[in-house]
Amino acid sequence: MKDKWIFILIILVFLAAYFIPFNQLRVQQSIIEAFLLLQEYAREHVFLCLIPAFFIAGAITVFLSQAAVIKYFGAQAKKIISYSIASVSGAILAVCSCTVLPIFAGIYTRGAGIGPATAFLYSGPAINVLAIILTAKVLGYRLGLARVLGAIIFAVVIGLIMHFLFKKDEKEKRDQSEFIEPEEAKEKRPMWKTISYFAAMIGILVFINWGKSDPALKFWHFIYQAKWFIGAILAIVLAWMIITWFKKTELKEWTLSTWIFVKQILPLLLVGVLIAGFLLGRPDHEALIPSQWVAKLVGGNSLGATLFASVAGALMYFATLTEIPILQGLLGAGMGQGPALALLLAGPALSLPNMLVIRSIIGTKKTLVYVALVITMATVSGLIYGAIST
Amino acid sequence: MEIRILGPGCPRCSEVEKRTINALAELNQAADVQKITDVKQIAEYKIISTPGLVINGKVKSYGRIPSLQEIKTWIEEEL
Repeated sequence: MKDKWIFILIILVFLAAYFIPFNQLRVQQSIIEAFLLLQEYAREHVFLCLIPAFFIAGAITVFLSQAAVIKYFGAQAKKIISYSIASVSGAILAVCSCTVLPIFAGIYTRGAGIGPATAFLYSGPAINVLAIILTAKVLGYRLGLARVLGAIIFAVVIGLIMHFLFKKDEKEKRDQSEFIEPEEAKEKRPMWKTISYFAAMIGILVFINWGKSDPALKFWHFIYQAKWFIGAILAIVLAWMIITWFKKTELKEWTLSTWIFVKQILPLLLVGVLIAGFLLGRPDHEALIPSQWVAKLVGGNSLGATLFASVAGALMYFATLTEIPILQGLLGAGMGQGPALALLLAGPALSLPNMLVIRSIIGTKKTLVYVALVITMATVSGLIYGAIST
Repeated sequence: MEIRILGPGCPRCSEVEKRTINALAELNQAADVQKITDVKQIAEYKIISTPGLVINGKVKSYGRIPSLQEIKTWIEEEL
């Protein structure tokens, strides 16, 4: 860590230690809540969900070819294709959230321009593989699915609007040259093998996390009871694939990639969980912030609540995955489903520091329009989702 | 020899930097190694995603962490 940040951290910790009224009961309860939430994550989400998810993320960065995606961003690509690919490719290209901005800058300055670039910029952080997996597990499949769909659909919408608004600027100053073609002469793995390998990993993840359902729904309930059995079989299949289809060096790269994600994301997630637990507590357990405040600000599915959630989300910074424990706390304290989705769609994609970097790439005017569009789309999605989920 | 490592400052880019320095040490070569973290400057190299490794102005790899052996090969190519 740079010295400047170490100094700031020391000051903050000191101020917290000095001023926080630790002798107050509410504060004490909040601290316990923080650790109880942490324990819940450790016990319920780490092994079954986070670890497989990190391995999948590592596998994506190592085994999925970016070259296949690149050609859709070229200037020659048909518009429909480049928009659709731009809004979905975040799952493959931007597993590491730090690459979102460089990729955005790259797409913007060449190839298809501001439309697909902003489509990618918006959807990238939202369809981050790790985020989707954990959202579905912790906040429920409906919200997870809504997040993915909302991100993709509105990414395209925002991209198209940006394109039409700034069409004039586009023609003038773009560098029409293509992206660099990869010169790898690497031996390719047959596509079906890659697909099966990922299917096995995703299958394991889905089945071992299969939730309990109403015994009356025969099929789902049967799967629930058989989940460990199915998971074990898939694990054996996966082990066989790993042993026979992959070279040792590839496996090492995969493990290293996974480890880098763990080092980068897990500590921040744990801190996020502690903070969320301290401020909001677990569902049905109050912590520092009274549930009435939460219910008043973002309860229900009103326009005010949803809009507030969008704007707050857009300004606040969320480290990868930290939006999830925070939302868990907010939902448990009375936040409506609609505002929750709005926060999910505006939160990870934008933050104040983020906006400044975007501004340096596309300028103040376009950035303001982009932010306004994100907040609008997040609010609209939230209102729609809020209406259908009641 | 001029080496540029392109990345906004995440662990993957740092890993590429580390491997590059190790590669140079193992080959007993000196080079001007710099990390470029400014997003606009990175975009000028026409790579699609970071981390990127550029030797003597030629993009050798991007979007992944190349192996130590690969980096050594590229350095030797540019000698």
